[in-house]
Amino acid sequence: MNDELAVDATALEKSYGAVPALAGVDVRISQGSVFALLGPNGAGKTTAVRILSTLIRADAGRARVAGFDVITDRHAVRRRISLTGQYAAVDELQTGEENLRMVGRLRGLGGAESQRRAIDLLERFELAGAGRRRVGTYSGGMRRRLDLAMGLVGDPSVVFLDEPTTGLDVRSRREVWDAVGELVGYGASVLLTTQYLEEADRLADRIGLLDGGRIVAEGSPEELKRRVADQRLELTLTDGPAFAEIAARLGERAVHANPRELRIGVETNGSGAHVRALLDELDPDGSAVAQFAVHRATLDDVFLTLTGHTNTSRPEVETTNV
Amino acid sequence: MSDAITMTARCLRVSRRQPDALIMTLLLPVLLMLMFVELFGGAIHTGGKYVTYVVPGVMLICVAYNAGLTAVGVSHDMTGGMTDRLRSMDVRGTSLLAGHVVASVVRNAASMTVVFALAFPLGFRLGGDPPDWVAAAGILLAFAVAISWLSATLGLLARSPEAANGITFLVMFLPYASSAFVPVRTMPSWLQGFAGHQPITPIADSLRGLLLGTPIGSQPWTAHAWCAGILLISIAASRLLFARWTT
Repeated sequence: MNDELAVDATALEKSYGAVPALAGVDVRISQGSVFALLGPNGAGKTTAVRILSTLIRADAGRARVAGFDVITDRHAVRRRISLTGQYAAVDELQTGEENLRMVGRLRGLGGAESQRRAIDLLERFELAGAGRRRVGTYSGGMRRRLDLAMGLVGDPSVVFLDEPTTGLDVRSRREVWDAVGELVGYGASVLLTTQYLEEADRLADRIGLLDGGRIVAEGSPEELKRRVADQRLELTLTDGPAFAEIAARLGERAVHANPRELRIGVETNGSGAHVRALLDELDPDGSAVAQFAVHRATLDDVFLTLTGHTNTSRPEVETTNV
Repeated sequence: MSDAITMTARCLRVSRRQPDALIMTLLLPVLLMLMFVELFGGAIHTGGKYVTYVVPGVMLICVAYNAGLTAVGVSHDMTGGMTDRLRSMDVRGTSLLAGHVVASVVRNAASMTVVFALAFPLGFRLGGDPPDWVAAAGILLAFAVAISWLSATLGLLARSPEAANGITFLVMFLPYASSAFVPVRTMPSWLQGFAGHQPITPIADSLRGLLLGTPIGSQPWTAHAWCAGILLISIAASRLLFARWTT
């Protein structure tokens, strides 16, 4: 399977009752890379992961993972993947080492090999000192790292991580990010889901933006960021003619424009010099701009820009053009 | 098969470290024996020493109380992500459940040993022959396996570990409305109909007969038939319920 994709899914659809969770999703992940499915709650991220990790069947579409069909060859797929779900699936009353050994045995390794592997993984995930302690005594970050380590027993070629840092504090999140880097070091291809733009940016080679069961944008973090300014200068203009004038000056550079609210955004690096230069350039007489503010791009902005709505309120019918 | 062994070892290890499992398995039998024999026993007349009558009943109620632990354990695995992880590793649902069931049967065996060990100082004496005692152990084993699998199935039925614990209340109630603690003929007539035709009565009667060497007729066959029936239905239902979690 040298030239084959780690994940090759086409037109996946899945509904729960009348509620569509996925409405035609394509995912292609080349080997050894990290792909992030980025989206808000309810976007269909977990459904996509569950289909690709053989836990549920899609209503339509087809998918191959590690070179095998997820339905007809699901046993072959399962021997080559691992799944780390949203909740750390670890036994609190077992030690870290025991948890890892258990997975080793279930992966078909012998007792000695399972033990060797457990020690090795504890070391790599910086849990060596805690290996003989019960998981119940671990911090959230340690638990997640153990969870990731359990996913690596048996050398999977494709690793699925469903929201690996949801619910973690900032420090634990950074620990988990380092641990994800460790997975890639093993040569695994990774599909992770996340609600955090920063996380996708940090970890992924490619990002698929999932919204309402569809991939609304896909590309490298750089490509996406070019479409959604990292920081933007948000201008509120005095009146319609001022808006038209500034919109014309900005042209393609406007990251978003709302004529009704007289608001327009432009990318900036946030420095005083750059903001001043922008204001001087766009509004030389100092009469068109009523107010300004500098915003750092959030997931909401990505959604606003790419889908025309925020990730919390989803209109029934999408009519907004971007 | 080796997956089921790994899962059993894991469930037993976890049970040993769970305070509520230890209390339920080792302390509860002591408390129930003392309660029934010393506290209630003086007021209950079954035509002989009450401890002789009630030992099989306490053994059965211990199995029933244990159902809660098993159901909660299964539900915990279903809702906490462990099942997803195991399934994505190609571990069969049956292996996962078998691990919980075997661990539950081992806990039951420990409880029954405690009951048995305490019965003699309290005045219990065996009657009959060793082959009868082996037959009694066989019925206890069949009952423990059937109730354990039923509990695991109830764990699959529940949407949360708390709900799983609640559902097993029904299993815990069953021994009270049977011949386990008082003879069925002493009950009001409306209850006699239920008590006489539910699984615990023939099981309790068979155990009593086999342990004491009194005649029991075809009761052991009825007892085994009930156990087999509960087990088969539980296995079938658990397969359907497991599939429900996986769509």
